[in-house]
Amino acid sequence: MAAITVQNLYKIFGKNPENALPLIEAGKSKEEILDQTGNTIGINNASFEVKEKEMFVIMGLSGSGKSTVLRCLNRLIEPTKGTIKIGDEDITNVSKDRLLDMRRNKMSMVFQNFGLFPHRTVADNVEYGLEISGIDKENRRAKAYGALQKVGLKGYEQQKPSELSGGMQQRVGLARALANDPEILLMDEAFSALDPLIRADMQDELLELQAEVHKTVVFITHDLDEALKIGDRIAIMKDGYVVQVGTPEEILTNPADDYVKAFVQNVDRTKVITAQAIMRKAPSIQIPKDGPSVAIRKMEKVGVSTTYVVDEQRKLKGVVTIDDAIRLKDQHHKNLESILISDIAVASPQTPINQLLPKAIESKYPIAITDADQNLKGIVDRATILAELNENGNEAVNEKAEPKTLTK
Amino acid sequence: MFDIPVGDFFEFLINWLTENLGGFFDLITVTVKTFLVGIENVLLFPHPILMIILLSALAWYVSGKGVGIFTVIGLFVVEGMDMWEGTMETLALIITAVFIALLVGIPLGIWASKNSTVEKITRPVLDFMQTMPAFVYLIPAVLFFGLGEVPGIIATLIFAMPPAVRLTNLGIRQVPEEIREAALAFGSDSRQMLFKVELPVALPTILAGVNQTIMLALSMVVIAALIGAGGLGQPVVTGLQQLDIGLGFEGGLAIVILAVFLDRVTQSLGERSQ
Ligand SMILES: Nc1ncnc2c1ncn2[C@@H]1O[C@H](COP(=O)(O)OP(=O)(O)OP(=O)(O)O)[C@@H](O)[C@H]1O
Ligand SMILES: [Mg+2]
Repeated sequence: MAAITVQNLYKIFGKNPENALPLIEAGKSKEEILDQTGNTIGINNASFEVKEKEMFVIMGLSGSGKSTVLRCLNRLIEPTKGTIKIGDEDITNVSKDRLLDMRRNKMSMVFQNFGLFPHRTVADNVEYGLEISGIDKENRRAKAYGALQKVGLKGYEQQKPSELSGGMQQRVGLARALANDPEILLMDEAFSALDPLIRADMQDELLELQAEVHKTVVFITHDLDEALKIGDRIAIMKDGYVVQVGTPEEILTNPADDYVKAFVQNVDRTKVITAQAIMRKAPSIQIPKDGPSVAIRKMEKVGVSTTYVVDEQRKLKGVVTIDDAIRLKDQHHKNLESILISDIAVASPQTPINQLLPKAIESKYPIAITDADQNLKGIVDRATILAELNENGNEAVNEKAEPKTLTK
Repeated sequence: MFDIPVGDFFEFLINWLTENLGGFFDLITVTVKTFLVGIENVLLFPHPILMIILLSALAWYVSGKGVGIFTVIGLFVVEGMDMWEGTMETLALIITAVFIALLVGIPLGIWASKNSTVEKITRPVLDFMQTMPAFVYLIPAVLFFGLGEVPGIIATLIFAMPPAVRLTNLGIRQVPEEIREAALAFGSDSRQMLFKVELPVALPTILAGVNQTIMLALSMVVIAALIGAGGLGQPVVTGLQQLDIGLGFEGGLAIVILAVFLDRVTQSLGERSQ
């Protein structure tokens, strides 16, 4: 089941949202509707699903409706129309008590400017959610200290938030959101107020933390690099619409429209496109079953001069060249191990192609792509990598990793 | 030209109230008087020396060495001028008036912060209360409550209450939206929101209002003495009537000393809460 299901969600700000609904359905633009009715469209017929334990990023320009969508998920903003299911429960229809309950136990939120309580110590901030749910002092203390340890703030429990740096304050925000062990984390531009180096650190830490805690995360940003780094999937919003939902790679390789294209075109594709996407099937033989004759036939058939060798578990052992194989056959030997070249370049399917290039340049043979069990998945040769880099334009190859922001 | 009988109407209203709500006013008089006398007794019970030590220690602890030393010297001067009893009476009167002003003013400020209609109504009323010359309050106060300390307290608290309402309202409205959202997102109900988040975050501003209320109450001491409220206003009024410069000055000096003590201590409380 999806962790969150949003169906045909609308949010219209203003006095008489009913007046605007028919106009929206008639396909009028946001500006026209504002002119005619004085209502602002926050969300326009948004539908998407967030899978359990995935990092779902929502991105888009300023004013595109990201924060509004996020706040509808816990009803800090009341949707005008549509359904939002948390698990299988429609949160737009629950009682007041149930809503409080869901906010206390199922989801929590991290804010752009941290939203910490200035009058409470770090530990008391982290405890807040537990305190108002009526958890006893001792228990919540223990949980708060645990959460603070997770985010690396052990020893700061009795400080006031104002005594900490921005990065540390947001760790407090993160710990506060983790303390009641919710299923869902809602993060609204959580790292946008931090300076770039700290921001990159926090992104890494969030990924590490996620590997440990496995939450469903809805993360909002307008920084594309951040979205690509963090997101398992990304939803792109424009004027209240959800324009496209997909994995970072799908969005880059297959932008749904010009709007998406416009802001993915500057991305350094070499950092995002992975070996997996450009690898092809490897000619391979299996030892000890196959000997030089099979190897030669295979290579002649595919028209290559090297073939990859795997064992019975399909673990990669190395390569053999056609010349060596012919020599071995002439000497009436059967065992390929003697001509096996095991010193070859290997990479994982997730390696971005900008890291494949140096390997490809050094290596005489195509790079073998293997998974965590050393099983051979495919190969990538130099020509493919160069072709991919070329498509990206010379600019992207030279350009270093400056953060790309949509708003600027 | 024509006459608008504002004065006649007001007179009529006050008369009607005195006649019909006399019992109610008597009840208020008794309650306030009991409260006041209780506090006076507490303040006057210890020997002045002991009291000076206690108050100076409080000032030192809350506001630091300077204010502590000032309080020791100031209160010895007061005792030396033979103004000790008047000072404690005035302190009791101010405590009573401020206590009631806050009891009404802070909840009113909270209500105004939650409800824009209430805010719109209270704003001009508060302006009126504060700009009306303080002497004017003396007349209905005397009509309702007779002469003595109680009408003095009532006039004082009406004059002194506006900042408490205003700054409570302001403080709560100034709580950053994100902090409010955080409180909601973690599942606060409206009571938890108010007591665990809004009031604590607004506390420095509210305490600034309390400080202003105390100062305004002090400024009423002499005026209240005109209707028999006693305390430190009495020597000033007597000094004025008998053209006794020395007596008037002694009373005035004691008021200043008390004012500085109260101002510094309440200000420091506000700063500490930040
Ligand atoms: N309380 C409100 N009243 C009226 N209009 C609002 C309100 N909140 C948001 N809007 C409007 O709804 C639209 C979407 O706003 P939203 O805050 O969701 O955008 P966003 O994508 O989060 O932008 P940003 O990147 O600037 O945070 C905007 O046009 C905004 O002006
Ligand atoms: Mg936003």
